[in-house]
Amino acid sequence: MDSEQQAVPLIMRVQQRFPQWVIASHQYRGQETVLIHREGFLEMAQFLRDDPGMAFDFLMDTSCVDYLKFGKIQSSSPTLTTPSPLPYYMKPKPLTQTWTRLVSNDEYRFDVVYHFYSSIHNHRLRVKVPLRAAESNIPSVSGLWATANWFEREIWDMFGIRFTGHPNLKRILMYEGFEGHPLRKDYPVRKRQPLIGPVN
Amino acid sequence: MSSFGADLSSLNWMATRLDAALGWARKFSIFQYPFVTACCGMEYMATATSHYDMDRFGAGFPRFSPRQADVLFVVGTVSHKIAPVLKRVYDQMTEPKWVVAFGVCTCTGGFYDNYATVRGIDTIIPVDIYIPGCPPRPENVLDGLIKLQEKIAQGARVTVPQGSSARPADFETPHTPETHL
Repeated sequence: MDSEQQAVPLIMRVQQRFPQWVIASHQYRGQETVLIHREGFLEMAQFLRDDPGMAFDFLMDTSCVDYLKFGKIQSSSPTLTTPSPLPYYMKPKPLTQTWTRLVSNDEYRFDVVYHFYSSIHNHRLRVKVPLRAAESNIPSVSGLWATANWFEREIWDMFGIRFTGHPNLKRILMYEGFEGHPLRKDYPVRKRQPLIGPVN
Repeated sequence: MSSFGADLSSLNWMATRLDAALGWARKFSIFQYPFVTACCGMEYMATATSHYDMDRFGAGFPRFSPRQADVLFVVGTVSHKIAPVLKRVYDQMTEPKWVVAFGVCTCTGGFYDNYATVRGIDTIIPVDIYIPGCPPRPENVLDGLIKLQEKIAQGARVTVPQGSSARPADFETPHTPETHL
């Protein structure tokens, strides 16, 4: 790989390769992020791993975000004018500190976030895949990076995102028989499902 | 046999002294089972080091089989997933047995008020000694251990009927964090 290709940002290279799939991309202090449609994600993941200029041999982390209530004021949630005995670090922050997401929160409820690292080129890339609530499934990349196996099981457990093609998609943190996905924003905060003992 | 009947009073006297002797012997031969699940385990290990020397109280020898132990140290957060295991370990211990709740997570659940955590192990198994702290200092642990020794020496044993809660009445205050908002 020559040095001038090194100078081109990763997001530009991905943009040029998959213009039909990339939704948006941005860069902040050397951290490059690309948003991509679910349909082209598996193809891009293969490219990220196998292209010699990319060579992302390490999937560092996979996570998910639920934007169901993002930026919306709940009627029961505290506001800045609510008298509160809470200390300053627990008081609600003003809404000006929210940020834009580049896609609509109403249309796309979830973001599945992948953090890639290349130990050959020592560069990193963050890939976000927005998902609609109605069709919250995404191709599994556990065939490309073996470490994705447990990450995807955790996301299925916590958020209920289905990973199509996953060899063993079952709960990893919670127990069998647990109903619902506890990190979804519509999971009841007070809901308890103990295996033994009282519901407290 | 007639002489045996004549000595009944002395036999009674012997029986009470036997209890005291048993209690004295038991309290200095605590075979503990450490059920360590979380960060409190570090402080538990610190208590076991020579600096604090748990062996002064006869509790220096952990047994990693519940059948060989008589004091269950529950150290660290207990989740709903592992709660049946804790109950099973307790059931496998032979009588007499005592339980120590080590750290606030085992006492009340601590600050974990969520879908995953048991709000105090006394909702599952009876508890003799509560050692609060996040984590408790070794001095605090030794204080709890001495209190446990006193309890053992008195022959006191938790007798909770099956199905009823072993939780002290002080803990039954309703938890309403919404009022703070």
